[in-house]
Amino acid sequence: MKRVLSIWLPLLAFALFLLFPFYWMVLTSIKPNDELVSVAANPFWVSRPTLDHVRYLLSATSYPRWFWNTMAVAAAATALSVCVSFFAAVALARLGFRGAETVSLGIYLAYLIPPAILFIPLAEVMLKLGWFDRLWALVPVYSTFLVPFCTWLLVGYLKTIPRELEEAAMVDGASRLRIVFEIILPLSVPGLISAIIFCFTLSWNEYLYALVFMSSPGHKTVPVGLATELVRGDIYQWGPLMAGALLGSLPVVVLYFFFVEHYVAGMSGALKG
Amino acid sequence: MPRLSLDRGPLLPTLLLGPAAVLLGGLLAFPLALGVLLGFKDASIGEPGAFIGLENYRYLITDPVFRITALNTALYTLVTVVFKLALGLALALILNQRFAGYRFWRSVLLLPYVVPTVLSAFAWWWILDPQFSFISWALVKVGLLDHRVDFLGHAWLARGSLMVANVWRGIPFFTVGYLAGLQAIPKELHEAAAIDGAGDWQIFWRITWVLLLPLTTILTIFSAIFTFTDFQLIWTITRGGPANATHLFVTLAYQRAIPGGALGEGAAIAGFTLPLLALLAWGALDALRRQE
Repeated sequence: MKRVLSIWLPLLAFALFLLFPFYWMVLTSIKPNDELVSVAANPFWVSRPTLDHVRYLLSATSYPRWFWNTMAVAAAATALSVCVSFFAAVALARLGFRGAETVSLGIYLAYLIPPAILFIPLAEVMLKLGWFDRLWALVPVYSTFLVPFCTWLLVGYLKTIPRELEEAAMVDGASRLRIVFEIILPLSVPGLISAIIFCFTLSWNEYLYALVFMSSPGHKTVPVGLATELVRGDIYQWGPLMAGALLGSLPVVVLYFFFVEHYVAGMSGALKG
Repeated sequence: MPRLSLDRGPLLPTLLLGPAAVLLGGLLAFPLALGVLLGFKDASIGEPGAFIGLENYRYLITDPVFRITALNTALYTLVTVVFKLALGLALALILNQRFAGYRFWRSVLLLPYVVPTVLSAFAWWWILDPQFSFISWALVKVGLLDHRVDFLGHAWLARGSLMVANVWRGIPFFTVGYLAGLQAIPKELHEAAAIDGAGDWQIFWRITWVLLLPLTTILTIFSAIFTFTDFQLIWTITRGGPANATHLFVTLAYQRAIPGGALGEGAAIAGFTLPLLALLAWGALDALRRQE
């Protein structure tokens, strides 16, 4: 009885609150329009589920294009950022050079600078470089928030790898570069997986930069495409919009469920100094 | 002749840090400096503009919309962070008890944090729809109301609705942080206190809460930074409306600078957040160092 009160009841309340919007998303995306506008129908259920909204989304809108855009940008930004961050983290956590403290501080501050205060001047930079409305330009742009985060995460992870392994290899005459690739890299794999998952998730989640810097419909990402091309301000928008939100969440959610432990470890690892 | 060596000296660290330095220098540090400068100019899109000193800032503090935005940002951050902390900790305490299906529940209940914000914000927007909200439907059905509620049509209702959506998304951040913190507390402490006759509440407030305090500071500061610079939820659900009542600094900066074209003014709005951001960053750094 005590467990019902201390675990199951509160857990049920949390589950209702935290999961209801997803239920609503799924429900709406398979509900036919006449049921959506019906005042008599029970809004919490669907009597004649349909795939019309998904079909409309995939055939009558540029949604497939946005999906692959987001996927490509997220994958490329992840690859770039994890490589760059791994090298930076090795230098900061392992090589012990003068100024490492200062650079670490800089990385930490960069992590706390939100895109929100950068997008206006960055728009000027993008204009000057001729990068406006170029899909690939999002890759280096996303690295500005991915690299600080990943470097921070990887420095924390690398500090947990015992130094003795490196020292032993050094005594055996291995060069520093060989030590980086043959000893540190393989030992960093769990940390790298966390970094990859976070980069991918954060890229897929990004909105402001893509909204400001991409303008032609063929260059939009899923969140931007849905918000700018599918919102029409009437009741008939909701089916396709919810279907688009649902499909757009899938890549991230699937990845998350495969690597929950790494995700949680990365999230709590980012809170350590 | 001295040979440049990767095995000694600063060459290897320099090479390894180079790519990060180029990316962050060019696309982060440089725009940051440019943004500060831009705040002192009357630049618009396509117009570099001239230096006008503090004119943007002076205008903004007399602008009623900006004043409401500043108050709104403070209120939004304060209220949601308190709720996120309390509910996130409560959920962590529940999940920390270990029960059948613990892993499943933990994974599933973190979903609001994992799903892209704009996409879940669409679901909230639809939940709060003036005509078809199920909340209105249910309230009318059980006889508590005789008309549908326009959640996003009134300033305070809209603010409250956005806060609920923000709390919803932010709870898992605190839960994950606190779960790690709770697992680091030695079980013996609780057992010893229980043997001495301390009740559950006493154990929580005297031991658990006290030991979690440094972590609480860090979580609160991080959450505050991400909350007061929020853009996605607000812009998706209300676009700062009704009648500019729900703007945060960033949505107002965006509205003025991008659709509105007033780059200098937008940069100045973002400039107002810098001192606060610096203060919070320093606080977090201090807390992280003390934790070590």
